[in-house]
Amino acid sequence: MNNFQYSRANDVADVIRLLAADPGAKLIAGGTNLIDLMKENVERPSRLIDISRLPLRNVEETPDQGLRIGALVPNSDLAYHPLIEQRYPLLASAILAGASAQLRNMASVGGNLMQRTRCAYFYDTTTPCNKREPGSGCSAIDGLNRNHAILGASNSCIATNPSDMSVALAALGALVHIAGPTGERTIALTDFHRIPGDKPHVDTNLSTGEIITAIGLPPRGFARNYSYLKIRDRLSYAFALVSVAAALELEGNAISEARLALGGVAHKPWRRLEAEAALRGQAATPDHFGRAADLLLEGAVAGSHNGFKLELARRAVVRTLMQAASGTPQSQAHKKIA
Amino acid sequence: MADTTIPERIPINLVVNGERRALEVVPWTTLLDALRDRLELTGTKKGCDHGQCGACTVLVDGRRVNSCLTLAVMKDGAEITTIEGLARDGTLHPLQQAFIDHDAFQCGYCTPGQICSAAGLLAEGRARDADEIRELMSGNLCRCGAYPNIVAAIEQAMSRS
Repeated sequence: MNNFQYSRANDVADVIRLLAADPGAKLIAGGTNLIDLMKENVERPSRLIDISRLPLRNVEETPDQGLRIGALVPNSDLAYHPLIEQRYPLLASAILAGASAQLRNMASVGGNLMQRTRCAYFYDTTTPCNKREPGSGCSAIDGLNRNHAILGASNSCIATNPSDMSVALAALGALVHIAGPTGERTIALTDFHRIPGDKPHVDTNLSTGEIITAIGLPPRGFARNYSYLKIRDRLSYAFALVSVAAALELEGNAISEARLALGGVAHKPWRRLEAEAALRGQAATPDHFGRAADLLLEGAVAGSHNGFKLELARRAVVRTLMQAASGTPQSQAHKKIA
Repeated sequence: MADTTIPERIPINLVVNGERRALEVVPWTTLLDALRDRLELTGTKKGCDHGQCGACTVLVDGRRVNSCLTLAVMKDGAEITTIEGLARDGTLHPLQQAFIDHDAFQCGYCTPGQICSAAGLLAEGRARDADEIRELMSGNLCRCGAYPNIVAAIEQAMSRS
């Protein structure tokens, strides 16, 4: 780890002032990804601004019946929060599918969004990586790319975002509340992360000098018909090869509202409104789910080692929608896929 | 311009296993290194040093965390419980006794982390059966493969707590 200065921030204004004063500074809350990357010399901040004591730990109901989740709420506290368990169980399930109990205790929800989109070459400082060193090349495109992106990738980068929480937040239509030197702004979670394009070193649309203050959840929680299915190389504590967040509202067997997002396949949580629109008004059947999967996966391109993801993703979408429709969401503890 | 001066050591206070400990640390000292190298509490183990193996698990304010990914300076004022702090008045913690009863280790290197993690799991109260224990202990690796005995030991401690 490089030597760095340490500052403890007391409030959001303090953070914005400290960020403006040191362009090489980074914020630290749980530190689960940042400290790890610093140990590999991938991240070398001149200063860490400790935001862990800021008063951003509340989960509050908003006047529109939604929720506002403080950026420093630990992942585990959010997953087990009664309002999340009861009203947004898709989000609870996705969080519990990620990382380990220790890491979920440490990691904040804002930090979960800020974890780097990454692959093994990003960590390996002996190899070229456009995300780590812009312009140096991508080692994964002609290298070991079994875990890599099939959607939205570029010739510069095929890394995937590993957050499970973000996949559920994308499906739920969450908002990201941001504060910065010019005031506050709010963007859709689906606009928060970027596809790599020719700037894979920029993971998100958070600007220099800004901080995430809260996540907003709209009132619709899909608590009856949802499922989060994560397919990975071992049963726990591994990144997704493919994950699916599915949420439905049903009138009888007819779909009145549908949400669908994929993890493990792109530089960001992958949601496509056309796939959801195709489900509205349709019967909840495997055929219709397959059609939605095809729309969601439109344009998917495999690399040399991850061709299996195309069919895996399609089948996982259909299976997850079946679980959601039947009201039998995937358990994150009992691993048999129903 | 970034400040390139070498930072001062920062004074912090920790309550470690019930005892107040004052020390001065440079900002990049992890809680794991502070415990092992500064406070000579070497029960907490350094395995991967990247949060993947769980050998460094301790309780901070009652919650299990990876001490290798925690900066000591950020935990100023916190209560830390390590494997050395679990026994009371010469009597082993029920989890320590259960690990012995069930032969839940071989080389023992992961054991302090396993036991601290299991103590956190019991406090969380979210595990009700063996599958849930396995899932919620997945952040602790045992390369000797004592997993069935570890699960049995935790089940024993859970049933008696």
